[in-house]
Amino acid sequence: MKTIIRVENLKTVLDNIIVHDGVNLSVKEGEIYGLLGPSGCGKTTLLREMVLLQKFAAGSINILGYDMGSIEYTAAQKLRKEWGVLFQAGALFSSLTIAENIALPLIEYTDLSRKMIDEIVEFKINVVGLKSSDALFYPSQISGGMKKKAGLARALAMDPKLLFLDEPTSGLDPISARDFDSLILELRSLFGLTIVMVSHDLQSINDTLDRIAVIDNKKIAYEGSLAEVASAESPFIKTFFRSKFEQ
Amino acid sequence: MNNYLTLSPNQNKLLISFFGKLTLYTIGIHEKQLATFNFSTFKSVVINLEEVSEMDTAAAIFIMNLSNRVSSEGLDVELSCSSEAMLQTLRLIKKQKQKSLHIPHAINRTLIDAIGKKAYSIYKNFSSFLSFLGKLFSTKIFYLKSLKNIRFKEIAFEINESAIKALGIIALTSFLIGVVVAYQSAFQLKIYGANIFIVDMLGISILRELSPLITAIVIAGRSGSAYTAQIGAMKITEELDAMKTMGFDPYIYLYMPRIIALMLAMPILIFVSDIMAVIGGMVVANLDLGITTDLFLKRFNDVVAAKHFFIGIVKGPFFAFLIATIGIYRGMMVKNDTQSIGFNTTKSVVEAIFAVIVCDAIFSIAFTNLGL
Repeated sequence: MKTIIRVENLKTVLDNIIVHDGVNLSVKEGEIYGLLGPSGCGKTTLLREMVLLQKFAAGSINILGYDMGSIEYTAAQKLRKEWGVLFQAGALFSSLTIAENIALPLIEYTDLSRKMIDEIVEFKINVVGLKSSDALFYPSQISGGMKKKAGLARALAMDPKLLFLDEPTSGLDPISARDFDSLILELRSLFGLTIVMVSHDLQSINDTLDRIAVIDNKKIAYEGSLAEVASAESPFIKTFFRSKFEQ
Repeated sequence: MNNYLTLSPNQNKLLISFFGKLTLYTIGIHEKQLATFNFSTFKSVVINLEEVSEMDTAAAIFIMNLSNRVSSEGLDVELSCSSEAMLQTLRLIKKQKQKSLHIPHAINRTLIDAIGKKAYSIYKNFSSFLSFLGKLFSTKIFYLKSLKNIRFKEIAFEINESAIKALGIIALTSFLIGVVVAYQSAFQLKIYGANIFIVDMLGISILRELSPLITAIVIAGRSGSAYTAQIGAMKITEELDAMKTMGFDPYIYLYMPRIIALMLAMPILIFVSDIMAVIGGMVVANLDLGITTDLFLKRFNDVVAAKHFFIGIVKGPFFAFLIATIGIYRGMMVKNDTQSIGFNTTKSVVEAIFAVIVCDAIFSIAFTNLGL
């Protein structure tokens, strides 16, 4: 399978603190890839570096053939249309309704007619499990779970190949969280997405992820399938997956 | 209360017995009692907890420390306790103590450290403001490349938000300033019988200095703070990040429209302010000095040159640029906590007004030296 994301010898320094030192990982096409690790180990930082929100000190990140360290403006703009990002709290634009939030990239980047855009928006709203009647609410009027779904719908608006999710199930009740997991699996089989996500939710990790990378102590402590994680030597893995090992 | 301890020496053996509740409310007294006690005359110590009815974790730490202190003096320690719950608490504390490293103490900074840190942060701030300006000008070039790149809709929206809606408050403030200035000077002019000169005075001071400044101050308080709060809140909710990942450069979509809108609207606001302040002065001149409106306007036409009006108007876009950039820059400086919104909003207004006054002083010297 084709490798979509390749991170090599990545080093990150934030406020004189070394966050990553020699991180290597690769994400293949069509898989759901999880970034795990203890709090403060730099999972979200790594994700932000991948989506060009943060600079790194050394090493390289290659996404869909572009090098994130030296990417030019036009190439970056092109790449940004090919991925979708879901932020932890949704990060919906508060001055726009749900429908307008989802329609925004379509209006800005395509020549589609208003009617067509409305139809696309309606489809995306339904595909993430929101009701069409929710479309006219503002972000401040809906619940956290709905915000996440709406954020996901916006991330999917341009039919990206690549989806980045930052703790998609955090702050959701268990039932919504499981719904969200099955939604992610469904979307992958529906659109053939490659998904990279940061997660803390054991159930969600078990249910959705194909491969994982555990960041611990500035490096990758383990990269590979979930089944073989027990072989890794890391105090974090031992405690985090304890319940899994005991089964 | 029955919370106490007894010390019963028996040859070279010491029995410390605790009674009653052993909690964080009672260990303070025990601690003081034992602090000055000299254990060195004994060979072994027995800590008796049999009579303790209740023990919390703080007390467990206290017991742990006590036994460590005694054993560090080379004495044998024996713990007498039959309650399984208490033993468990003690074991938990012991385990945690072995594991946890101590919390490092905050380093005491000397004055030199503080000065260095402050100087560095000022330098950092300044250079980040320069890079912000640089990015802003490169965005301006992007705007100039094609008319299609200009966000007309956003600019119109911002003109409505920060200029049209501010017309009322600016008109009222300016009218009152006109009234106040005219009233104060009328009082002085009457003494010399120089009533008619109120027109010269008002005309020049209002058109040249007062109107631009008053408008700038009101806009700094109204729109500058709003820009900081809006952009700061967008930063906290990750909306700015979301925009960037979708390829919507905030410079193009948020910052430039605001700056351009304010730069376009400011001269118009100053013009409105001019009119209202002069009307205010005219009313006072009429009532207080008996100068009719006709006479006032005729004299105004004769003595107040058009250059004063244009100098006032020209200042507008410069003031607007300062207010908008400082407001936006401060919004971008908002950190990930709600406190910093308040902090940066205050800073943005103060800095914007300060910058406007500095800019006005520079203009004042420049125009006077140019003979305008």
